[in-house]
Amino acid sequence: MAAERPWTAPPVNAGSGVTDSSITIEGVRQVFGDTVALDGIDLHIRMHTRLGIVGPSGCGKSTLLSNIAGLVEPSAGSVAIGRATTAKERLARCALMPQKDLLLPWRSALDNACLALENRGVHRRAARERARPLFERFGLAEFEEHMPAQLSGGMRQRVAFLRTLMAEKDVFLLDEPFAALDSITRASMQEWLLGALTQEPKTALLVTHDVDEALLLTHHVVVFSARPGRIVHKLDTDFPTNVPRREIVTSPEFAHLKEQALEALEV
Amino acid sequence: MTLDTTTASAVAAASTESRWRRHAWQYGPAVTIVVVALGLWELLIRVLDVPRFLWPAPSLIVATLRDDAGPLAGHSWTTLREVLLGFLIALTAGLVIGVLLHLSETLRRGVLPILIASQSVPTVVLAPVLVLVMGFNIGPILAVIALFCFFPIAVNTIDGLSSVDREYVRMMQTLDASRRSIFRRVEFPSALPFIFTGTRIGATYAAIGAVFGEWAGSDGGLGWLMIQAKGRLDTPLVFAAVAIITSMAVSLFLLVALVERLTIPWARSRGGRMK
Ligand SMILES: Nc1ncnc2c1ncn2[C@@H]1O[C@H](COP(=O)(O)OP(=O)(O)OP(=O)(O)O)[C@@H](O)[C@H]1O
Ligand SMILES: [Mg+2]
Repeated sequence: MAAERPWTAPPVNAGSGVTDSSITIEGVRQVFGDTVALDGIDLHIRMHTRLGIVGPSGCGKSTLLSNIAGLVEPSAGSVAIGRATTAKERLARCALMPQKDLLLPWRSALDNACLALENRGVHRRAARERARPLFERFGLAEFEEHMPAQLSGGMRQRVAFLRTLMAEKDVFLLDEPFAALDSITRASMQEWLLGALTQEPKTALLVTHDVDEALLLTHHVVVFSARPGRIVHKLDTDFPTNVPRREIVTSPEFAHLKEQALEALEV
Repeated sequence: MTLDTTTASAVAAASTESRWRRHAWQYGPAVTIVVVALGLWELLIRVLDVPRFLWPAPSLIVATLRDDAGPLAGHSWTTLREVLLGFLIALTAGLVIGVLLHLSETLRRGVLPILIASQSVPTVVLAPVLVLVMGFNIGPILAVIALFCFFPIAVNTIDGLSSVDREYVRMMQTLDASRRSIFRRVEFPSALPFIFTGTRIGATYAAIGAVFGEWAGSDGGLGWLMIQAKGRLDTPLVFAAVAIITSMAVSLFLLVALVERLTIPWARSRGGRMK
């Protein structure tokens, strides 16, 4: 697809070789009061691979992302990103796109997308120039100066996605990133993400309710049980990225995997 | 060309008209009540033939405002200066203390209870003491005004800063935000609607604070003038001074409301955004 570089700056660790961004999760359990949100989660995500997570509502998918990002330390078990084990170190390695868009209502769309750069000390004007081309790419041209209240739900979600992208981290944690989009825009965003991650690989976790999306975009998919969330099924997908989407979706392999996933979701 | 201008002016006229209608709808009831009350007041005074030193009619107050315009203007200026200065001191102190108490948990636990308790100390009684301590100058007057206005500003600042949605803070943390950046880009902006609420309340207290301050010790200003006029049983002049004080309080309130509209336009559409 497009030959443009989606990330405008080289990763922070370029030069010193590539820093290990594999994720290792061991025996993670998360309790909130009397609620056991997650229990006995063991996962290893190899560097630069993509993992999809599907599961019923309330099974702890968002919680797991918070655990990995270091926003919430799990009640038990451990999470490591490469050699980063403390919450603070992990926070520095991850870009998390939260399930709610959480756009700041007092900042324009463009300024919202620039938050990460500004936090790192880039001047507002320079940050805006770096974010602007991506607005065009994501069908948000001419909406740069709109306030979040003036944007549609799908537009807000794309701005939130951009904001995450601009953080330029080597681990991507996406919590239902395209849920508010219509199917055409969603397909285009999925294709863009796939292209970008193929061109400049990152370790990525994708939480989604859409089994098709998980199968299409990731290398492995895990299915969670209802609360307390446990892994009940693992699938290996990894469809070729150079084959048209239509062909993949209609292939018998895809249908087979989808059936397995749906079956696992029902138990 | 002609057609264009006609359409344009028609559109302009239509929008002016709708703006008028909106204003009428917003302010109409209050204006009506005030006008009716003034009319009844005038009527009662005339029908019952109340003596002017007891309770002057509105028409007499207006006449006083006109006849004594010179001295009234001088004293008004004195009071207005005090009101603005005292209010600015309160605003600065309220913001600074609010922010400091927000940033330091220890400070908050130590100082906030004292601040709240201090509100039960009647500032009016404190005013003469302030004059003794600070001397017979503008100092105690400004102090009284600041004490009147400061509290709602400080408390609303603290409340606003602490009521920020934690999810926004966490979002910022995943974007490498420092404590300072979170304060500047999330906590402070989201506290602004609260801060403006406190400031609007404070603004309504400033004028009355100036009057109390002047009563305790001054040689000019509308409060001082009221005492002089009362001594001479010149009640219409007292009422004229009250009318000016009131319009000062209302103007300051409206000024803050205007600044609020201009600085945080996003706050008004916030309700509509929520799904
Ligand atoms: N901060 C919290 N305090 C208390 N309980 C929480 C907290 N965060 C999550 N929970 C609980 O943990 C469980 C898992 O929540 P989580 O948001 O991770 O689910 P989810 O799988 O992302 O669901 P959905 O698909 O609906 O987004 C829920 O029962 C929720 O009520
Ligand atoms: Mg969730």
